[in-house]
Amino acid sequence: MEFVAISLLNGITYGLLLFMLSSGLTLIFSMMGILNFAHASFYMLGAYFAYQISSWVGFWPGLLVAPLLVGAVGAAVERYGLRRAHRFGHVAELLFTFGLAFVVEEVVHLIWGKVAVDYRIPAELDGTLFTLFDTSFPIYKGFMMLISVGMLVALYALLTRTRIGLIIQAALTKPDMVEALGHNVPRIFMLVFGGGTALAGLAGVIGGNAFVTEPGMAAAVGSIVFVIVVVGGLGSLGGAFVASLLIGCIQTFSVALSISITDVFALAGVSLPAGSQVARLTITQLAPVLPYLLMVAILIFRPRGLMGARES
Amino acid sequence: MSSRLVTRSRLLLWGGCLALALALPLVFKSGFLISLLCQMGIMVVFSLSYNMLLGQTGLLSFGHAVYYGLGAFATMHTLNAIGKDGGPLVVALLPAVGACAGLAGGVLLGYVTTRKAGTTFAMITLGIGELVAACSLMFPGVFGGEGGVSGNRVIGKESFLGFTWGPQVEMYGLIVLWAFVCTVAMFALTQTPLGRMANAVRDNPERAEFVGYDTERVRLLMVILSGMFAGAAGGLTALNYEIVTAETLNAHTSGVVLLMTFVGGIGFFYGPIIGAILITVMQIVIGGMTHAWLLYFGLFFLFMVLKAPGGIASLIAVQRNLWNAGLFGRMLPHYLAMALPVLILLAGLVGLVELTYALLAGEGVGAGDTATKVLGMQLKLGSPAPWVTALAVTGTGLILTRWIGNRAGAAWNAALATLHGDKA
Repeated sequence: MEFVAISLLNGITYGLLLFMLSSGLTLIFSMMGILNFAHASFYMLGAYFAYQISSWVGFWPGLLVAPLLVGAVGAAVERYGLRRAHRFGHVAELLFTFGLAFVVEEVVHLIWGKVAVDYRIPAELDGTLFTLFDTSFPIYKGFMMLISVGMLVALYALLTRTRIGLIIQAALTKPDMVEALGHNVPRIFMLVFGGGTALAGLAGVIGGNAFVTEPGMAAAVGSIVFVIVVVGGLGSLGGAFVASLLIGCIQTFSVALSISITDVFALAGVSLPAGSQVARLTITQLAPVLPYLLMVAILIFRPRGLMGARES
Repeated sequence: MSSRLVTRSRLLLWGGCLALALALPLVFKSGFLISLLCQMGIMVVFSLSYNMLLGQTGLLSFGHAVYYGLGAFATMHTLNAIGKDGGPLVVALLPAVGACAGLAGGVLLGYVTTRKAGTTFAMITLGIGELVAACSLMFPGVFGGEGGVSGNRVIGKESFLGFTWGPQVEMYGLIVLWAFVCTVAMFALTQTPLGRMANAVRDNPERAEFVGYDTERVRLLMVILSGMFAGAAGGLTALNYEIVTAETLNAHTSGVVLLMTFVGGIGFFYGPIIGAILITVMQIVIGGMTHAWLLYFGLFFLFMVLKAPGGIASLIAVQRNLWNAGLFGRMLPHYLAMALPVLILLAGLVGLVELTYALLAGEGVGAGDTATKVLGMQLKLGSPAPWVTALAVTGTGLILTRWIGNRAGAAWNAALATLHGDKA
C-alpha cells in the first residue's frame, strides 16, 4: 500500500514533467508537421541556463528567465533555420532538427564540460512536505507538481479562452484560410515553436536539479518523449497527457519492483524453465525497455495511438 | 540511361574502381592508412545499404545500426563457435552470416516498422533502435556487456591461396572484395523492377497502389534487403576489429550513417560512397587533431541541410552539367575568388571555438591565465589578444564572404538560368 502510494505520487510527478515536454512537441507537430528531434535538447538547455543563472543570481530569477531564453533560442532556430529547411520538405526539416540536437549537445560539452554540473535544489524547497506512512515526500516534488499543473492550466486557458489561442487552433487545421484572413501565419509558427521550446526549457529548469544536469540528459529523455507522442497518438494533446502519466508511472513502478519474470509468470500460474537468462531478469532490469515495448505493442494493435485522430 | 544493365563503359568504370581500390595499399603503406581504408570500405557498404531506404524508398530510418550490429554480433559468435575447425576460406565467407542475421532482423523488425512511411516510420525506427540497444545491455551473455565480444580472425593452420587474413593488408583485400560484390549487387537492385517500384513508392505511394502494388510490401522488401547489406557490413567490422561492442547497434552509429549518407548525397547511387569516404577521413583525421570535431561535423551537416540538401553528389552533378554546357569556365574565377574569404572565415571560427574549448576545458588547471597550447600555438587565454585576433579574422571573413558571395551568387544564378534555358 505504502509502496503503491509513494510510487504513484512519484510517477505522477515524473509524468507531469514528461507532459511539459511532450505537449510542446505535440503542439509543434500538429501545427507545422515537424517532429522536433531537438526538443529534448531545449530541455537540456533550460537546465543548463538555469544552472548558470542560479549560480549568479539565485534559483528564482532563473525559473523565470531561463525558459524565456530557451524560448528565444527556439524562435530564432525556427526563423533562421527551420523556415529555410522547410523549402526542401519534411525530411530536410527532420534532418535539420536532428543535426541541431547534435550541435546543441556539442555546444554544451564545449561550454559546461562533459561531466554533470552541480545544479541544486534551492534551500527553501529542500525538506519534507509530508510523511506518508513512513516515507517522506519532498517539498521539491510538490513544487514540481505545482509548476507543471499551473503551466498546463495556463496553456489550456491560453489555447481555448484567448484570441491568440483561437488563431493558433485555427492555424492548426487551416493555415491557408487563417492567412487569407490577414494573420501572419509564419509569425504564429515562430511563436508556437518558441512557446513549445520554452515549455521544454521550463521542464529542464525544474527537472534538471531534481534529476541530474549532464550532457547526456537530452538523449535520455528525448527518445522517451518520442515514445509518449507515438503512444498517445500523433498530434493529440489529450493522448500525450495520458501517455505521459502512463509512462511516468510505468517507469517509477518498474524501477522499484525487484521481482523477476519467473515470479510474474508464477503469479499467473505458469512456471518457466529455470536458468534461462530471460527468466532471471527482474522487472527493474527491464525498466529501460518497457516504454519501447509498450510502443511496439501500441503500433501493432492500435497504430494511431491511444487517442490519435489521424493515421499518419 | 542505357536499357542494358551491362554495358562496356559500365564494365570499364566498375573494373577500374575495383583495380584502384585493390591498388591503393601499394601507395598507402603505413598501418594507419590501411586501417583508415578498411574503415572506409566497411562504411561504404553500410551507407549504401542505408541509402536503399532513404534515397531509393524515401524511408528515413533512425535505427539502421540495429542490422549492422546484429550482423556484427552474429559473425563474431559464429567465428568463435567455429574455433579451430575452420580455415581462412570459412572466415572469408563469414560476412555472409552477418548478412543473414541482418536479413533475419529485417524480416522481424521490418514487419513492425514498415506499416507506415514518412515521419511515423522515422519515429518507430528510433524506438526500435532504442529498444534493441537497451536489450543489448540486458543480455551480457550474448552482447558481451560493456566489454563487448572479441575473437580472433586467424584460425586453422593452412592458408587459403596464401591468405590467413592476419595482416591488415590481407583484411583490406577481403573488405574490398566484399564491398565490391555488395556495391554491384546494390546497384543491380536499383535496376530491377523492385528497385523501380521503391522509387515509385517514394515519389507517389497513392499512384503506386493504384497501379496495383502493395506499398507496404515494397517497403518491407527494401528494409529486409537493406538490412541484409547492413548485416554484411557489420560482419566485415567484426572481422576487421576482432571485437564487437554494444555501441555498434546504438543510436550514435545510426546517426553517423545517416549523416554520411546525407552529406554524400541521397539522390545519386554514388553519393553515399563519397559521404562514407569523406566522413571517415574527417572522423579520423580531424578527430585526431581536436576534441571539438563533433561540433564542426554537426555544423557542417546543418550547413549542408540548409544550403545543399542534395549533398556533395548533387554539387558534382551540377558542375558536370555546367561543364557540358561550356559554362564551367565562367564560374571557375568565382569559385577561386570565394576560396580565400571562406578560408579566412573558417580560420576565424575554428580559432574562436578552439579558444573557448581550451579556456573552459582547462577550468580546473589555473583557469586561463597560464599559456595554453591552442592549435599548436602557445597562447595566453587570459589576455584579450588571441580573442580579439580571432574575432577580427572571423569578422573580416564574414564581410568578405558576403561581399564576394553576392557577386558569385549572381553569376551562379545567371549560369544556372542559361543552363536550364538551353534545356528548355
